[in-house]
Amino acid sequence: MKEKIRIASGQGFWGDLLTAPYDQVTKGPIDYLVMDYLAEVTMSIMQKQKRRDPRLGYARDFIPLMEQILPIVVEKGITVITNGGGVNPEACRDALFEVARKAGIRDLCIGVVLGDDILEDLSELNSRGILLDNMETGEKLETVAGRLVSANAYFGAWPIVEALDRGARIVITGRTTDTGLTLAPMIHEFGWKADEWDKMAAGTVAGHVLECGGQASGGNFSAAWASVPDLARIGFPIAEAFPNADVVITKHEGTGGLVSLQTVKEQLLYEIGDPRRYITPDCIADFTTIQLEEAGVNRVKLFGIKGYPATDSYKVSMSYSDGYTSVGTLTYAWPDALEKARAADRILRERLFALGLSFEELRTEFVGYDSCHGPLSTPVAEINEVVLRVGVRGQDFQSVERFGMELAPLILTGPPAVTGFAGGRPKPSEVISYWPALMPKGAVRARVVLARGGEESR
Amino acid sequence: MRVRLMQIAHARSGDKGDTANVGVIARKQEYYPVLVKYLTVGRVAEHFRGITLGEVERFELPNLWAVNFLLHQSLGGGGTRSLKNDAQGKTLSSAMLRMEIDIEESISL
Repeated sequence: MKEKIRIASGQGFWGDLLTAPYDQVTKGPIDYLVMDYLAEVTMSIMQKQKRRDPRLGYARDFIPLMEQILPIVVEKGITVITNGGGVNPEACRDALFEVARKAGIRDLCIGVVLGDDILEDLSELNSRGILLDNMETGEKLETVAGRLVSANAYFGAWPIVEALDRGARIVITGRTTDTGLTLAPMIHEFGWKADEWDKMAAGTVAGHVLECGGQASGGNFSAAWASVPDLARIGFPIAEAFPNADVVITKHEGTGGLVSLQTVKEQLLYEIGDPRRYITPDCIADFTTIQLEEAGVNRVKLFGIKGYPATDSYKVSMSYSDGYTSVGTLTYAWPDALEKARAADRILRERLFALGLSFEELRTEFVGYDSCHGPLSTPVAEINEVVLRVGVRGQDFQSVERFGMELAPLILTGPPAVTGFAGGRPKPSEVISYWPALMPKGAVRARVVLARGGEESR
Repeated sequence: MRVRLMQIAHARSGDKGDTANVGVIARKQEYYPVLVKYLTVGRVAEHFRGITLGEVERFELPNLWAVNFLLHQSLGGGGTRSLKNDAQGKTLSSAMLRMEIDIEESISL
């Protein structure tokens, strides 16, 4: 057994810093590179792309990125794990084999995790009494029938562990928890058992620290942002994991950014609810038991973490089509910038009313004045400029589209010293709403498929 | 003694659907009891009036010198429904740190 493994975060979301994975594999030693691509509504975007082209439906960024690092990864023996397979992990794998072929790399073993996509199985599940009601609102699934765009169960670490145990050097999954990507290599390397709940929790906590990339190593750091060195060359976080489930968060030497007690604490608190019950498919982690200790420059040790048995449910993330939004902006300059923006908003609303248009919501914000902190914003004596930002949401496409035609006319028919309309009319975009549910773990099964040099083995 | 929360704490916020979470962390261990005592559900709900339309939940993490808040119905519907510039509540951490509290204790800043 290795005495420790180094798991490096390469991407924290789809759209993250594209140079980070290259830096992680070249600027120091690592054993695993994990890349998280999936946010709540990402699957619906991918599902739509797949509908237009059956070869799509995964995080396309992953392919050119792997083109750059695959030879290095193969040479150094680094294993890559990503949930960027989205709703089409096999297409993602095939695109990657094409990259390998062009680079002259044969015998590459890629594992894919399938089975999380249950969109086609919903009526069958329903007939077996698995209703998938909204776990937050209690609403019945029928209320959005016919409008569903995606439905995926969140798998955890174990299907990835199977792929690694069977020899995969690259693992591509669909809807897998971001924490599972990091926990899986620890289970694989150290032979941890599923009911070693403290160890499951420690790997899960490490995954939570890594899952947003640079946000654990000096990015978005509220305690002292100006003191973080060299953010331009920020080093993404690395978890050094030990067989006894101690974890050290660090980053490569010579990179920018900062790993400190404060940066790690901020990331530990990111997007959590009840800290005593951080629920994943693999365990329940108790965040109130995490002990932190400085363990050198840019090194923070996590230990003492308690875990509890996993629940018998998978979370299911579904999305449905829910109307349209459109948002437009205009910029008003001194003098009386805020007063003029407010007047323009009143004029706009009168015109929308006269047209007989109605919306589920019509929202006005003044960027530069109150768009972030709302009523907590302090009055400003003389503002230099302000951006009027108006948005509407409704089920009727034509109404939402018509709204977009009413902004530009304000330039010549409203208050003066106004600009910022270079982008043209704002266009309606489809609203994809989120439908979280639970299902019994036994009702869905992960399938792990390995392929070597393009040949599948199941 | 009146302090602005930012002087004694740092924070991070994020989203889950239409709920924002704000984790508030004491800058020094000795400030943690101040957070526990003064950052009550009532005071936080009052602070976010007009932003948070639902309930406020509160959780203590003494190991991290932190208190975590869930602010329900705060993101204009959340996800792609929201018309807010800050649809994911990224800046609600700093909105929290604007809070001013009158504390009885004297603490060294």
